[in-house]
Amino acid sequence: MPELSNRERMAIPRHEMPAQAPHERIRNFDEVALGYTWELAREEAERCLQCAKPRCVDGCPVGVLIPQFIRALRMGDMAGAVKTMQEKNNLPAICGRVCPQETQCEANCVLAKKGQAVAIGRLERFVGDFELREHTSRAQPGPPTGRKVAVIGSGPAGLTCAVDLAKLGHKVVIFESLHLPGGVLIYGIPEFRLPKSIIRAELESAVTNLGIEIRTDHVIGNTYTIDELLNEYDAVFMGTGAGLPSFMRIPGVNLNGVMSANEFLTRVNLMKGYRFPEYDTPVKVGRRVAVIGAGNVAMDAARSALRLQHMRSAQDGEPPGEVHIVYRRSRHEVPAREEEFHHAEEEGVIFDFLTNPIAILGNEKGEVCGLRCIRMELGEPDASGRRSPVPIAGSEFEMAMDTVIFALGTSPNPIVFNNAVGLERTRHGTVVADPETGRTLKPGVWAGGDVVTGAATVISAMGAGKRAAADIHRFLSDEKLFNVG
Amino acid sequence: MYTILEKQRLSDAIVLMVVQAPHVARNARAGQFVIVIADEQGERIPLTIADHDRQAGTITLVIQEIGKSTKQMGQMAAGDAFHSVAGPLGHPTEIAAYGTVACVAGGVGIAPMYPIARALKEAGNHVISIIGARNQSLLFWEDRMRSVSDELIVCTDDGSYGRKGVVTVPLKELLETRADEIKKVWAIGPTIMMKFVSLTTKPFGVETIVSLNTIMIDGTGMCGGCRVPMIDGARFVCVDGPEFDGHLVDWDGLLSRMQFYRNEEQLAVQRWERLRETPTHECHLDKVVPLRR
Repeated sequence: MPELSNRERMAIPRHEMPAQAPHERIRNFDEVALGYTWELAREEAERCLQCAKPRCVDGCPVGVLIPQFIRALRMGDMAGAVKTMQEKNNLPAICGRVCPQETQCEANCVLAKKGQAVAIGRLERFVGDFELREHTSRAQPGPPTGRKVAVIGSGPAGLTCAVDLAKLGHKVVIFESLHLPGGVLIYGIPEFRLPKSIIRAELESAVTNLGIEIRTDHVIGNTYTIDELLNEYDAVFMGTGAGLPSFMRIPGVNLNGVMSANEFLTRVNLMKGYRFPEYDTPVKVGRRVAVIGAGNVAMDAARSALRLQHMRSAQDGEPPGEVHIVYRRSRHEVPAREEEFHHAEEEGVIFDFLTNPIAILGNEKGEVCGLRCIRMELGEPDASGRRSPVPIAGSEFEMAMDTVIFALGTSPNPIVFNNAVGLERTRHGTVVADPETGRTLKPGVWAGGDVVTGAATVISAMGAGKRAAADIHRFLSDEKLFNVG
Repeated sequence: MYTILEKQRLSDAIVLMVVQAPHVARNARAGQFVIVIADEQGERIPLTIADHDRQAGTITLVIQEIGKSTKQMGQMAAGDAFHSVAGPLGHPTEIAAYGTVACVAGGVGIAPMYPIARALKEAGNHVISIIGARNQSLLFWEDRMRSVSDELIVCTDDGSYGRKGVVTVPLKELLETRADEIKKVWAIGPTIMMKFVSLTTKPFGVETIVSLNTIMIDGTGMCGGCRVPMIDGARFVCVDGPEFDGHLVDWDGLLSRMQFYRNEEQLAVQRWERLRETPTHECHLDKVVPLRR
């Protein structure tokens, strides 16, 4: 293909990604977005203007060399694109699927002003998926340094930190509390958004090639304490995430049919409850489901519930029912990724904006039978800069519901803090750590991801894992620091 | 590999297994539990650690075959391996020299009670144990419990062995005659039994610790499925428990929560028994995958 002028490049419209049609995909748990074809990827890559000062890179928490990988892709040099990607990111098939690109790299793209940003995320996914099929590049561990690092948690932060350290030649052991590695990628994000096979493959190629050991079923805090790890390892990185769910303090939260989004999603994703009884873990979803909250987790829960309803309907012939998202603010404040909101809407999730639950109603059997809510209006901006919702007096009303799922955010997993003397925490339960280096106030211990920030994104956790790895490496390489520490 | 090294049948529906799990054994203490998965399709089942051997790297599990997964585990033999064993989980029992204490255990609850009674005895307490079961065939470990108790009362609901009646009857007699002496009571068994033990001790004002076994998924504080309604708000059994003050538990709320998946549990058992009785096809899996046995 001849080199195009910038004018020609800008004339090419942004390419949509092929996807399963809404009426089909609500009947299965298969991936919704199907990925670019080779032709679509090449054409989309042609849209990049190769800015001299690429601002997209600034928007990426791990600093992926975006113009370079896109250029390699459009030259047809896929191996080069993979190599460029891996310099900064070893999990592109995952990030391409779950990053909120519209607020990161793509928000900074010069073409974004016209709503036509280069589809960087989709191209990243294309490169990641190519590598999973073709295996052009094998990550190599660095020459052994003789230093050992324990990484707690195999989610995005822990994995990224482990990979970077192993590339530098340190021996890394990851301790995972669940029976499968991947953390929130495996228990939280549904199959239709991030297939387990992708996680398994991307994880395997990163971890196996680098000689990283993963010990599942190890609940740090109990199986070993952090101090016990420090006796055996030269440094410890905590990437334990935030999984402890919050429930609203309203009447009825202990009724049958009320659960956290984490419970619901763990049953569906990690335990494959949607294939019960072939898989042993059941998952129950009613005919009228209310998901409280409007973040990515709420969208995942609502869309999973919708699928379970439609799969049941296909069996029993009854109408599938309804799934509502109940959110106290308005459409404008929805914190979920744009694509997730859009997909949920397309699939028929009903949005009740400016609506706040005040009580869950139960029947004589202790089961949920309804939700009492109050209408809200937006008042003055609060500390987060968003206009805070204020109840409208006298606007209480009831909705019939049989399942209520809370997706209101989570706090750090508590067990890892058992007997962790000297590890300072905030009043929110998060660990106090330097945002640039991940250093905690306990010598030899670094932390990053949701355990430090509270629930955030996969990519911000990966960024934190990366920064901590760099600082751990500095520490392990500096004889003076290391011997004191 | 979490290999089953030893299997012993304790009663018609209760098996004991000694399982290789050095990572659990090294820090395990009385009162803690593990999450066990039978096979790749399995669910995460919380089981109390009935005993451990740090040197051998083993833990002892006592399993009541009641649902699909526990029935399946009961069919596994020495040499087989579990898919996953994670732990130890939960807070250990607070062992101290209290004076005279009572350990009340029903059915399969006798197994987790044994290490607690033993630890209490070793700490210098005068241990009075009351163990019970529906009938004699469901009773086990009388000798073990006797060896760690200063006094032992055995009862069966139907009178087929020991005293006839439920465990709360001798407990009440004990409290009526020696209320000042008894400093603390532990109760482990079916939820309904723990409820009535708590109701029995309450009028006497004797602190009562119960060990709850609720619906649970991850067991590490991530799902909230195990939350138990208490008089002063909900708690998570996996991270706040499994032991709680029995006088603060909202027992009817808890009993109701535990019924939530009853239909699914029955469906799973029926399906499993049907598949075991009439295999629908000849299985060739063993030709592809080497059998572990």
